[in-house]
Amino acid sequence: MDQQLSYLGVPLTRPKVAFFDFTSCEGCQLQILNNEATLLDFLNLVEIVNFREGMSEKSDNYDIAFIEGSISRPDEIKRLEAIRHNAKIVVALGSCACFGGVNQLKNRFNDLNWVKKEVYGDFPIETIEVHPLEKYVQVDLKIYGCPIKKEEVEKIVTNLVVGKSITSPEYPVCMECKANENICLFELGEPCLGPVTRAGCDAWCTNNRRGCWGCRGPADVANVRQLEEIMHKYGFSNETMLDRLECFGGFASLTKEIKKTKKPAAKRKK
Amino acid sequence: MKLSCDVNVKHLTRVEGHGNIQIKIQDGRVKQANWEVVETPRFFEAMLVGKHWENAPYICGRICGICSIGHTLASIRAVENAFNIIPSTQTAKLRLLLKHMETLQSHILHLYFLAAPDFLGTGSVLPLAKSNPEEVQRALRLKLLANDACDIIGGRRLHPTRTVVGGFTMLPEKKQLDQIRRRLNACVPDLLAAAELFKTFTIPDFSRETEFVSLKADENYPFIGGSLISTDGVIKKEADYRQMTNEYCKKGFTSKLSKLSRKSFAVGALARLNNNFAFLHPTAQNISTELGLTPVNHNPYMCNVAQLVECVHIVFDSLSLIEDLLNSPWQEERQPVKAIKGKGVGAVEVPRGILYHYYEFDGKGKIVAADCVIPTSQNHANIHHDIQALAKQYAESGTKDQNIELLAEMLVRAYDPCISCSVH
Ligand code: SF4
Ligand code: SF4
Ligand code: SF4
Repeated sequence: MDQQLSYLGVPLTRPKVAFFDFTSCEGCQLQILNNEATLLDFLNLVEIVNFREGMSEKSDNYDIAFIEGSISRPDEIKRLEAIRHNAKIVVALGSCACFGGVNQLKNRFNDLNWVKKEVYGDFPIETIEVHPLEKYVQVDLKIYGCPIKKEEVEKIVTNLVVGKSITSPEYPVCMECKANENICLFELGEPCLGPVTRAGCDAWCTNNRRGCWGCRGPADVANVRQLEEIMHKYGFSNETMLDRLECFGGFASLTKEIKKTKKPAAKRKK
Repeated sequence: MKLSCDVNVKHLTRVEGHGNIQIKIQDGRVKQANWEVVETPRFFEAMLVGKHWENAPYICGRICGICSIGHTLASIRAVENAFNIIPSTQTAKLRLLLKHMETLQSHILHLYFLAAPDFLGTGSVLPLAKSNPEEVQRALRLKLLANDACDIIGGRRLHPTRTVVGGFTMLPEKKQLDQIRRRLNACVPDLLAAAELFKTFTIPDFSRETEFVSLKADENYPFIGGSLISTDGVIKKEADYRQMTNEYCKKGFTSKLSKLSRKSFAVGALARLNNNFAFLHPTAQNISTELGLTPVNHNPYMCNVAQLVECVHIVFDSLSLIEDLLNSPWQEERQPVKAIKGKGVGAVEVPRGILYHYYEFDGKGKIVAADCVIPTSQNHANIHHDIQALAKQYAESGTKDQNIELLAEMLVRAYDPCISCSVH
């Protein structure tokens, strides 16, 4: 496991890598451990110095910080700033870290007191509006997805180690879906955000006959008005479309526009 | 020897989520012994309010990255129960097989990557990969098989894509199931070898009388739906789960806590085994007995052994499920869903214990209220009381600081807590 790595004959140093989690399901971290077939190769490529979920040893000396989760409590902001200070490169891992993820769905009520009361009654509990990492610190690289795709992470990590540039596809999921020769889900009576969502997952959901919910956020050329037309043409309501657009937070600025014409999210009367 | 010690573990490692252990002993007297949960809450139950029913399984699966399949299935079951949808036999079998594969991968992850390093005196699985490469390869093989099976049946190992209310969006090919069958058969020796490894581990000598809660066996060792039972003799219907969980809030915990007949109870592999031992596959029963685990066992560290025993049961049960599925004609099916006003509960045994999802819908199928009771939140109070009893036992008998710290950490890890899930 300790042999010297090289690339094009040039010896490489294994970067020191740390993993951190904030408000999340910890699934993105698990995707790393879920790489059974390639896990040991991956461990050969980097030196993991901090991975609370998997090991007891800890160190503040690291080059790359992979951060999962969104920020939802003041103490998380401090912890995040300290990590930013220590790391040369900060990578946002997954939709929670990139956009707030499903956690930001609580923001839509614009009423944290109601949210707290609905779950904890009168028990005091601390929470703030959910935000992605970017709101508080500079993020150098984003790995999209809920969950992240292991092949993509491995490619990105390899490129980081060998110093190659890293880009995400600019085109939408539809391109990958069509290349995979799937029957379009709209034809099967199922709504899909493929036309506006950033590709790179190889149409993970639509390959399994499940509509895309936009977990990777908008493609560079996302035309939401056009999506609205498609949805209406196939008989889907604005609500069905919004459920998907607002699920992971990636389309936040676009949904705001659509929602302007609508009333705020309905709360249950107590 | 009169013991004095001060244990302060902040953000315990090799568990899912954030929890702290504090133990203070002065001259053989326990001053303080606490389990604390500091995870940030996510408010899933509030998030769902006002959303259409189809959002529930999709969003609620994201409560947990380890048992997203279990959450999705509990959520689907709650919706189906509310709308009076009864899954077909084929769907029920495929769902159980999918759940088995998630449990297998989760148990193996816990046993090898999170728990075993303690028994072998290392900080993580990494040194183990050097010193015992075969053991680690064996674990990775089992995990890979289980995860591949989840991909094949559920569409994706994490946050499954094919599982929906009414059935599946897509079915696996029969030849893929046949491949899983072959790989399952081939992994039986791996599991038996794992049992041999566990025989060499010294399980700490500690027990505290505990009430154990799980699904109640009807004809099979239960995983999806049915009545609820406790070792203290309480039996309730699935729909009456609240009488079993009695949630409350307490300072020091961002998670809710539960109690039943005593001040706390335990759920999980040990609870399932304690309640339903007779329904385990005979090979699993034998291994359990050989490893010194027979019901009712009150040593929480035995949860590790119970997980191993369940892995054996699951492999044999999965083989017979696949046999049934391969021998009956494939029905492409996804039942139509008609939303009605009503309430539904879904109780599912996920790796860490019994999980409940509950939703209330209005006539348009919109969620009016939601409630999810997580295995680890049911376990927190019991972990806390175990830590207190453990501190007391060792304060009296005397041991070193590091020993108490390690024993307390191992105790928490034995419950395989999923803390972020418990604070959902
Ligand atoms: S992005 Fe999704 S999978 Fe990743 S941590 Fe967040 S909820 Fe979990
Ligand atoms: S199924 Fe979705 S991603 Fe695929 S072509 Fe249709 S709209 Fe695009
Ligand atoms: S198809 Fe859509 S929802 Fe599914 S993984 Fe890709 S971007 Fe995410």
